[in-house]
Amino acid sequence: MSDMTIRTAERVELLTAETAEGAQELQRRTATPTSELGREVGAVLRLDGRVLDPNAIDYERRDDETMIINMGPQHPSTHGVLRIMLELDGEFVLRSKPIIGYLHTGMEKTGEELSYIQGATNVTRMDYLSPVINELNYSLAVEKLLGIEIPERATWIRMMMSELNRVASHLVWMATNGMDLGSTSMMIYGFRERELILAFFEKTAGLRMNLNYVRPGGVAADLPDGWRDDVTVICDTIEARTYEYDELLTGQPIFRDRLVGVAPLTAEEALALGVTGPLLRSTGVPWDLRRTMPYLAYDQVDFDVIVGTYGDNFDRYAIRLNEMRESLRIVRQCVDRMPDGDYRSQDPKVTPPPRARINESMEALIHHFKLFTEGFHVPVGEVYSAVESPRGELGCYIVADGTSKPYRMHVRAPSFVNLQVVPLLMRGGMMSDAITVISAVDPVMGEVDR
Amino acid sequence: MIDLPPSAPDGVVVADVLDAQIGCFVEPAQYVALVTAWREDGFEMCADLCAVDYLSHMDRPLPDGVTPTRFEVVVNLLSLSKRQRVRVRVQAGNEDPEVDSLFDVYPGVEAMEREAFDMFGVIFRGHPDLTRILMPEDWEGHPLRKDYAVGRVPVQFKEAPGPR
Repeated sequence: MSDMTIRTAERVELLTAETAEGAQELQRRTATPTSELGREVGAVLRLDGRVLDPNAIDYERRDDETMIINMGPQHPSTHGVLRIMLELDGEFVLRSKPIIGYLHTGMEKTGEELSYIQGATNVTRMDYLSPVINELNYSLAVEKLLGIEIPERATWIRMMMSELNRVASHLVWMATNGMDLGSTSMMIYGFRERELILAFFEKTAGLRMNLNYVRPGGVAADLPDGWRDDVTVICDTIEARTYEYDELLTGQPIFRDRLVGVAPLTAEEALALGVTGPLLRSTGVPWDLRRTMPYLAYDQVDFDVIVGTYGDNFDRYAIRLNEMRESLRIVRQCVDRMPDGDYRSQDPKVTPPPRARINESMEALIHHFKLFTEGFHVPVGEVYSAVESPRGELGCYIVADGTSKPYRMHVRAPSFVNLQVVPLLMRGGMMSDAITVISAVDPVMGEVDR
Repeated sequence: MIDLPPSAPDGVVVADVLDAQIGCFVEPAQYVALVTAWREDGFEMCADLCAVDYLSHMDRPLPDGVTPTRFEVVVNLLSLSKRQRVRVRVQAGNEDPEVDSLFDVYPGVEAMEREAFDMFGVIFRGHPDLTRILMPEDWEGHPLRKDYAVGRVPVQFKEAPGPR
């Protein structure tokens, strides 16, 4: 029994060594170069008129006056396995550095091993809160390389499903953001409403998450019988509930105190850091790829791009709340205007024969077998395609070399890029505001680490 | 097709790529100068930066005047005002790829350059903190290189408990 007992100090040392990330970590003040310390005063952005001024850096502060602590990787408010190292002076954050990679599973490498048909099952697991939009982005990139047109009905189904997914994703954000700020009711409500959408996904695609529903060439299955009623009920219920959230949170003094004016960001800073999505729109830049670089049929539907004014956390909350309403507006238009026709391209090169044909035709069976084992060949080329995910610009860069597998598949994950803004937003704020910053940036770690 | 920005350096090869995006090829020496020129021309954001390892495609077709190398760094720039994208591809070298960092032009490439370094071993000169970002600090090799095999965990079959 005695050799099983490890003394506390040794255990701490062991745990420290186990989680140490060496040079990736936030270093002590004395071991940090001036240019890095410049982050503390925001000089890292090198914007006009903001050159690094060595006088602004507090060299006199000794190491024992500040404290470097870990937040995460296992922390409920980091929404996954995000680790943030913070240098604190009392309760104020001086420097911070996100350390990521705890969920890295080499999905880009996996993508090179999977054929184009299988690829959608891979990308759908990146941003697990908006799987449809991930698949959509990948499929659009592959279709651009193939040069095929997809039927109108498939386009509208894709649009409706991505907007439902956007609502589901924002509902999770509302829920977790509420949880971070102490509103546990919001937590329950958000997940309750999301369940409606996930149930519809299950009815349509067979799975609640990671659907593999949008595939190169169209979608996997037609909408189920009675989908109009289901979707209308979802829209009516959630739209009514958004007003309840509004009543519950927006005017509530504690909620407001923790968000209004906290962690402001300017448009200039956001653009320099490559920030997109609700974070960019909160600074007043009306940039939404659905409107500014339309894909699918977004140029044929009515919706507003919600922008903020101050770029603070409250704007980010308000934008996401209102985006849910706009998304539901698009879904309603999809219900009204859903065209008839095929739900997938009839190009035999990419679309397997229908199930009934396989039973009676040998050629159809062979064709089906070849498509699902070898896959279709994509002509040589490279393409970058981007869509608006709930978190920002989701891009996919594919290099095709004429075989049935992508030679290189790179995903530009919005959370990964947006996470760079965390040290800027946390700087000078209170420790308790750091929680709201992580929440407002809304990183999905599956997508950050890929 | 749009024109190159007025302050673009010499020796830039422009090619049309799919989906009405513009692709430019540039030598590593002029890489930062070209990206700076695009930025001054209204491309406010660097949307994406990644590397590609063309180990088995060294003879890939590229426009005249571009010598293909094993590693390529691909930068996607975005102009919000013009609603346009432009792609800059730079041949980074065969062994020990190395290019200048874009950090001074677009601070937002910090994480993306670290990722390219981590996954491909591309050195970005002048990057403030070129450490691994996704892999553990003591990891050997760069996983997305084509000569880095896909790892696999051997399946361990256990003997089924026999009848007593």
